[in-house]
Amino acid sequence: MKLITAIVKPHRLDEIKEALQAFGVQGLTVTEASGYGRQRGHTEVYRGAEYTVDLVPKIRIEVLVEDDDAEQLIDVIVKAARTGKIGDGKVWSVPVETAVRVRTGERGPDAL
Amino acid sequence: MPPGILTLAAEEAPTLSAANTGFMLICSALVMLMTPGLAFFYGGMVRVKSTLNMLMMSFISLGIVTILWVLYGFSIAFGTDIGSVVGWSSDYVGFGGIGRDQLWDGYTIPVFVFAAFQLMFAIITPALISGALADRVKFSAWALFIALWVTVVYFPVAHWVWGSGGWLFEMGVIDFAGGTAVHINAGAAALGVILVIGKRVGFKKDPMRPHSLPLVMLGAGLLWFGWFGFNAGSWLGNDDGVGAVMFLNTQVATAAAMLAWLAYEKIRHGACTTLGAASGAVAGLVAITPAGGSCSPLGAIAIGAVAGLVCAMAVGLKYKFGYDDSLDVVGVHLVGGVIGSLLVGFFATGGVQSDAKGLFYGGGFDQLVKQAIGVFSVLAYSLIVSAVLAFVLHKTIGMRVSEDDEISGIDQGEHAETAYDFSGAGGGAASRKTVPAPTETAAAAQKTKKVDA
Repeated sequence: MKLITAIVKPHRLDEIKEALQAFGVQGLTVTEASGYGRQRGHTEVYRGAEYTVDLVPKIRIEVLVEDDDAEQLIDVIVKAARTGKIGDGKVWSVPVETAVRVRTGERGPDAL
Repeated sequence: MPPGILTLAAEEAPTLSAANTGFMLICSALVMLMTPGLAFFYGGMVRVKSTLNMLMMSFISLGIVTILWVLYGFSIAFGTDIGSVVGWSSDYVGFGGIGRDQLWDGYTIPVFVFAAFQLMFAIITPALISGALADRVKFSAWALFIALWVTVVYFPVAHWVWGSGGWLFEMGVIDFAGGTAVHINAGAAALGVILVIGKRVGFKKDPMRPHSLPLVMLGAGLLWFGWFGFNAGSWLGNDDGVGAVMFLNTQVATAAAMLAWLAYEKIRHGACTTLGAASGAVAGLVAITPAGGSCSPLGAIAIGAVAGLVCAMAVGLKYKFGYDDSLDVVGVHLVGGVIGSLLVGFFATGGVQSDAKGLFYGGGFDQLVKQAIGVFSVLAYSLIVSAVLAFVLHKTIGMRVSEDDEISGIDQGEHAETAYDFSGAGGGAASRKTVPAPTETAAAAQKTKKVDA
């Protein structure tokens, strides 16, 4: 199993959700996040005083998938998240040792 | 204020005008609304963790000053003159000797209505100071400061400027609705206090962005609205159109100042900001306050535009000189008040509020010199006395909250409250802690009952 994590622009969430559903993903977790990449946020001006806001609002999406689906799913997310502008975010995957469905106690791929 | 408020004796005994009385009661209510408006104007500009304290620093003025005004404030400001410096009339103490339909010579509104109108000015003036002290002043020390400050600074200065026999009033200084007595007075006091108490922790290092510009806009809107009462009401009636001139000039100057501030920002920083629009409007309102009864609408545009531009430049001074005027009370109220008061010396047309003419209308330097004396005497008095008051409080009960409280948030430290509940996580724990006692007892009682049965 793999855990796919995507940090993306908040307004892309609906597109990504739709793409994941079309792909057949059963569930996902979404968290509000903030951070910066190479662009390092933006500058705001209040009565002439400039403030650098380097932590920009982001959405963190997490999905557990079987190994064979991982690469394809990453492509699906990347495609749905992309605007072509700076700050589009990142997607990565990590191996997952085990997963348990709390209600039934099923383990491994059955728990997905 | 109209000239000769207590001195002009009418040829016939004045009669109470229901229209003027009604008008002035509405104006008084409008000016009252400015203080909560100011609270929101300031409250939106501070960080989340000190919102409530900022609101409270204005709100408490409504309580303290109202009571002092009745006890002795009105007597000091508008009682019988003593040496051109203060007033005193025992009839006014506690308002005990004033009849409900009592009038002053030449005026058609009850003394009570005048006292109520003037009370609202006395309330908002110390509230204005609080913007410079954001995030760091003990609430108890602030409350005491307000009480002392209005007693030794505001009440006497109101007498100098508006009271019959007051030395600036007698000299012919024009301060229609309070550029000197309210704005320069508050701005100079703010400067005096912050020089004593120092900067916020993290000033110039930590970001201190306004937490809610919509609140700032709401506050600015309420101020603008209430200011019509502040300015147009300062003629104490509407028999002869002076109040109408003032009303129009208030609108015109405010609009010009907002546009000037935004233009400056667009050129200097590349964007017209919301805070700039709100600040420009307030700068215009401040500047037209002393001047609007004596200038033409075109003059009001000029006064507003100058104020908008100069105040926009002035708010940066705190970073240059390193004093922490948190919400720019000096940059907007002191600078705006000085501009408006001095520009009376240029733009007074004569024949509206008074016959005095400014430099641009053939009056020479005479009025300008008088205005400058008014400006700098009030500025110096307020600055010095406020600094001394703050110093005494700072050395005795302490003016500042602990550094821990300041960093973790003055709302929690001073008021045991926070303005917003952003998260349910952890928020219920403390309240639950206080509840179990009765529940446990009830459960225990029930248990015992069962055993007994």
